Amino acid sequence: MLLLFAVHCAAAAVAPLLVRGLGRNAFLPLALVPAAAAVWALPPWLDGAAPRAESHAWIPGLHLELALRADPLAWMMVLIVGGVGALIVAYCARYFEAAERGLGGFAGQLLAFAAAMLGLVLADDLILLYVFWELTTVFSYLLIGFDSARAAARRAATQAIIVTTFGGLAMLVGLIMLGRAAGTYRLSEILARPPGGTAVGVALALILIGALSKSALVPFGLWLPAAMAAPTPVSAYLHAAAMVKAGVYLVARFAPAFAGAAVWRPVVLVLGALTMVLAGWRALREHDLKLLLAYGTVSQLGFMVVLVGAGTRDAALAGVTVLLAHALFKAALFMVVGIIDHATGTRDLRRLSGLGRAAPVLCGTSIVAAASMAGVPATLGFAGKEAAYEAFIGGRPVLLGVLVLGSAFTAAYSLRFLWGAFARKHGADELSAYRIEALLLAPPVVLALAGVALGLLAAPLDAPLSREAAAYPADGHGGYHLSAWHGFGEALLLTAVSLLVGAGLFFAGRVVVRLQRRIVFVEPADVYAGLMRSLNHLALQVTGAVQRGSLPGYLVVILLTAAGLTGSAILLGRPWPTPAPWRLWDGPAQAMVAVLTVAAAVAAARAHGRAQTVVLAGASGYGVATLFVLQGAPDLALTQLLMETASLVVFVLVLRRLPVGFPRTRPKSRYRLHVAIGLLIGLLATGATLLAAQARRAVPIAAGFPGAAEKAGGSNIVATVLVDIRAWDTLGESSVIALAALGVTSMVFARRRASVPPRAADAASGTAVWAVAGMTSVDAAFRGEPSPRGRDWLAAGPTLAAERRSIVFEVVARLTFHTVLLFSLYLLFTAHSAPGGGFVGGIVAGLALVVRYLAGGPFELAEAAPVDVGRLLGVGLIITAGTAFCGPLWGSAILESGGWDPHVPLLGHVHLATSLLFDAGVYLIVIGLMLDVLSALGAEVDRQAGTEEAG
Amino acid sequence: MSGTVVLAAAGGALVAAGVALVLERSLSRLVVGMLVLGNGVNLLILTGGGPAGRAPILHGVPPGADRRPMNDPVPQAMILTAIVIALGTAAFALAIAYRSGRLGDSDDDDVRDDIEDRRVTRGRHELRTQVRARRREFREWSREQRGQIRGARRELRAGIRAERERRAVDDPGDLDDGDDESGSDR
Repeated sequence: MLLLFAVHCAAAAVAPLLVRGLGRNAFLPLALVPAAAAVWALPPWLDGAAPRAESHAWIPGLHLELALRADPLAWMMVLIVGGVGALIVAYCARYFEAAERGLGGFAGQLLAFAAAMLGLVLADDLILLYVFWELTTVFSYLLIGFDSARAAARRAATQAIIVTTFGGLAMLVGLIMLGRAAGTYRLSEILARPPGGTAVGVALALILIGALSKSALVPFGLWLPAAMAAPTPVSAYLHAAAMVKAGVYLVARFAPAFAGAAVWRPVVLVLGALTMVLAGWRALREHDLKLLLAYGTVSQLGFMVVLVGAGTRDAALAGVTVLLAHALFKAALFMVVGIIDHATGTRDLRRLSGLGRAAPVLCGTSIVAAASMAGVPATLGFAGKEAAYEAFIGGRPVLLGVLVLGSAFTAAYSLRFLWGAFARKHGADELSAYRIEALLLAPPVVLALAGVALGLLAAPLDAPLSREAAAYPADGHGGYHLSAWHGFGEALLLTAVSLLVGAGLFFAGRVVVRLQRRIVFVEPADVYAGLMRSLNHLALQVTGAVQRGSLPGYLVVILLTAAGLTGSAILLGRPWPTPAPWRLWDGPAQAMVAVLTVAAAVAAARAHGRAQTVVLAGASGYGVATLFVLQGAPDLALTQLLMETASLVVFVLVLRRLPVGFPRTRPKSRYRLHVAIGLLIGLLATGATLLAAQARRAVPIAAGFPGAAEKAGGSNIVATVLVDIRAWDTLGESSVIALAALGVTSMVFARRRASVPPRAADAASGTAVWAVAGMTSVDAAFRGEPSPRGRDWLAAGPTLAAERRSIVFEVVARLTFHTVLLFSLYLLFTAHSAPGGGFVGGIVAGLALVVRYLAGGPFELAEAAPVDVGRLLGVGLIITAGTAFCGPLWGSAILESGGWDPHVPLLGHVHLATSLLFDAGVYLIVIGLMLDVLSALGAEVDRQAGTEEAG
Repeated sequence: MSGTVVLAAAGGALVAAGVALVLERSLSRLVVGMLVLGNGVNLLILTGGGPAGRAPILHGVPPGADRRPMNDPVPQAMILTAIVIALGTAAFALAIAYRSGRLGDSDDDDVRDDIEDRRVTRGRHELRTQVRARRREFREWSREQRGQIRGARRELRAGIRAERERRAVDDPGDLDDGDDESGSDR
C-alpha cells in the first residue's frame, strides 16, 4: 500500500518534467499510475480477501503512524479513484491544447490529488485521515484555480477552499474528541468498539459537518457549482467521481458503528433528502450543461448520503451500488460536456442544436450514461435505485416518497441534458458533422459502457458489494441481493413512477419553468457573497471597536488586565504566609536611600521640563545603585552607576534637539487616572513580591554556586554566572545590544553612513563646530590657521568654535582618556575575582569616548576612535558566538569554558579562559553601542543641525 | 525567607512612578518611564534574593570583615543583564524620538494615534451611516417599484384580456402567450 502511495507521489513529482519533455502526451504514461492502483485493488475486491493492514512509524513522539488498512469499501474506492482517474488522465492528453500554459504543474497536481485520495480511503488513523482530507482540499483549490488569470476561477477556488476547510477544521476537532473518548486514534479499533456519551455525540456532529461540506450537501453545497470554473477533467474527477465522494465515504465508514447515535440519523437523513430534492429541482432550470450536471451531482450525493447513512444493511448495499454507478456515469457525462465545449465553444443548451446528428457516437454514449443516471432498467443505476426503494419500502414512507420525487427530478434533468446537448432547436444554428479524436472519445465510452455492463452483471456484482455492507446490522427483511431484473414488484413500480413523473416534468417544461420562477430558492453564490461581506463587516466592526490607535489607551488596557489577573489570583489563591516575621529594613541607611530614590522618581513623574525629568530620573537611578551596594551587590551597583551616566549622556544628546518643555499641558483628570493606575500597579507589584518571597522555603539554587564558581575558576560569582551558567542569555543579550546600536544608526543616518567618520585633518579650514550665533570670538582672526603640531591638547580642538573651547576640559580629557581605557581593560580582565566584566568595561570605555567627544566635538570623536563601528560590532559578535561554539570542538558542550591561569605582574592572578574571550566580545559590542550612539546622536545630529542652519 | 519591606516598597513606588510616566504621550517621558519602571522591577527582583548580605565574591575580601551570609547571586545575575539591555533599549527609543521629531510637522516627540487605526474606526462609523441611508433609499425605491409594477401588470392584463376578446371575435383559434424561456419547448 505504502509503495502504491509512493509511486503516486513520485509520479506527481516527475509529471512536470514529463510534460516538458513529451508535451500533452505525457498524460498517457502518467495514466498508468492510477491504473496500477485499480489493478491492485480489483482482485481482492472481487475475491473477498481478508482486510489488510500495515503501519509504519511516522512521528513516534506524538504516537502518529502511517497506519493503512484496506477492506472491501476501501478497495472499491481505490478502484474508483484509480480506474476513473486513469481514464480521466488519459482524456487530458487530448483535452488540452498542445501549447496550454501551466500544463506541467497541472499534471503534477492531478497526480498528487490521486495520491492524497488514495491515502484518504486507505488511512486507518484519524489524524492521518485528516491530513489526507485536507490535502485533497488543497489540491482541489489548486486545480479549480488552474486558469488563474480569470477572476472567476480564483473566486471559485477560494470559495471551495474556505467552505471545505471550515468543514475540515470542524472535523478535526470532532476526530480529536472521538479519539480521546475512544482512547485510540486507530480507526478500525474505534469502529470495532465504538465509544458512547455526549462527547461522542458532539464529535460525530462535528465530523458530519466535515463530511457534508466535502460532499456539498445543504447547507454547504454552495461551493460545488462554483467549482465548475475548473477545467472539465478536474470537474469529472474531483467534483464527480472522487473528492466529493470522500464525504460519502466517511459517512459510510462511520455509519455501521455510529448510526445509532442520537445525532446521526436526523442530520444525515434530513439533510441528504433535502439536498437530493433541492439540487434536482435546481438542475431543471440550468442552461449551462456543466452546471446542470453539477447540481445533478449534488442531488445524487444527497441520495448516497441518505443510503449509506441510514445504517441498515440493505440501504448501505444500495448506497455503495449508487456510489459506483454514479462515478461511472457522471464522469462520462462530464467528459462528454468537455468534448462538446471543446468542439463548439459553448455549453449553453440554448445555443447547441443538431449535435446528435453531427456526432452520433457521442450522442449514443450520453444516452447510455444518462439512462444509468435516470435509473432505466438494465443499467447499474437501475440496480442501485431498485435496491434503495426495496430498502425503505415498509419502513419509512415519507423518506421513500422524497427519494422517489428526487429520482423523478433526476430522470427529468437527464432528459433535459440529452435534449439540451443533442436535439435540434428552433432559432439556433445547426452544427455540421465533425470528427472527434478517438482518444478523447474513448474514456467516456468506456465508462458509459461499463455502467451498462455492470448493470447486466448485477448479480455477480452482488457478492463484493454485499461484503462492503456486511458491517451494517441487518434489519427486518435484510438479505437483499442485487440483480439486473427482480421481476415485477413494488420497487419496479416506484421506478416506473419516478421515470414517468420525470418524463412528465420534462415535457411539461414550460409549467416547470414558470413554477421555478415563482419559487426562487436562494442563489448559493449570493449566500456565499453575503457571508463574505458580513465577515468583512464584522472584521471592520471588531477592529474599529478594539483597535483605537492610541498607545496610552492600549497600555491602560494591558496594565489593567495584568493588574486584574494578578489581583484576582492573589485574592482567590490566598497565598497568605503563616505568620512569619516581616523584616522591615536592613538598616536605617537603606530606608533613607530608599526614601530619596522614591522621592526623585516621583518628582521626575511630576516634572514639567524635559531636562528636569531626565535629571531627576537619573538621580533616582543613582539611588537604586546605592541600594544595590547596601544589599551586597557591588557588580550591580557598578553597572547601574555607569549605565545611569551613559543614559544621561544619551538623553542630553537627544534633548538638545527637542523643545525644552513638554508641548501640551496634560489634562488634570487624565493625569490623575495615570497616577491611580500607577499606584495600583505599584501596590500589586510590592504585594506580589513580598508574598512570593515568603513562599521561598526550599534551599536556594545559589547554595551550590560558590563551589561551582570555584570549579570554573572564578571567585566573583555573579560575573562567573554571567559568562558561564547564563552564557546563552549573555550571548542573546549582546546580540540585542548590537541590534539596538544598528537601530540607532539607521534611525539617525537617513542615508548610508561613511564607514570611517571624517577625521580632523579632513575638516574644511574655517570649520567651527557648535558655534553660537551672534557671539564673536576673540580668536576669530586666528581661526583657519593651522596650529603648529603638538600645540593643542586635543587633535580636533581647533575645529571647535572658539567660544565652545575649554582648555581645562581639553587637558582633563587628554590626561584621563588613556587611564580610563586602561581601567576598562582592568575591569574586563579581573572580572573573575572582583566586580567588573565585559559590560562594565565596555561602558567605562564608552564614557572615555564621551569625554573626548564633549571636549573636542565630532572630529575629536573620529580621532579617538577611527574605526568602522559596524565592523567593531561584527567582530564582537563573531568573538562571542565563536567562543560559544568552541566548546564542541574540545569535546564539551556549547559555551562550556576551558582555560589556563597564568600569574601576570600587575594584574596578578589572571584567569585566561574561553569565558574571558567571550567577555571580550561583549566588551567590544558595548563599546560599539556607545560609539554608535555618539556618532549617530552626537556627530551626525551635529552635522544635520549644521546643514539646517546653513540652509 | 522573607523579603525586606522597605526594598519592596521602594520598588513598588518606582514602578508606580514609571507607569504614570509611561502612560504619557511624550516619547521622551515614555523612555524615562521605562527606565524608572525597569529600576523598580530590578529592586523587586533583588527583594526576592533575601536580606542584605555579603557581596558574592569569594576571595579578595579580608576574612572576618563581613560575617553576614552571602547575598543570593542568582537575582543579581538576572538584574545585571536587565540593566545593560535597558541602556540599549533607551538609546534606540531616543533615536526614534529624534527621528519622529524631525519627520513630524511639529517639533515635539508625541506618540500620535495610529492613522490607519483611526481610519478604520472612522470608516466603521461612515459605513454604518452609509448602510442606513442606503437601506432607507432602497426601501423607498422598492416600494415605488412595487407600485409601478403592480400598475403595469394590471394594465398588461387588461390589454391581454381586451386582445383576447377581440381575437375571439375575429378567430376562435388558440393563442400562445409565447414564453421566452427556452427551458423545454420541444
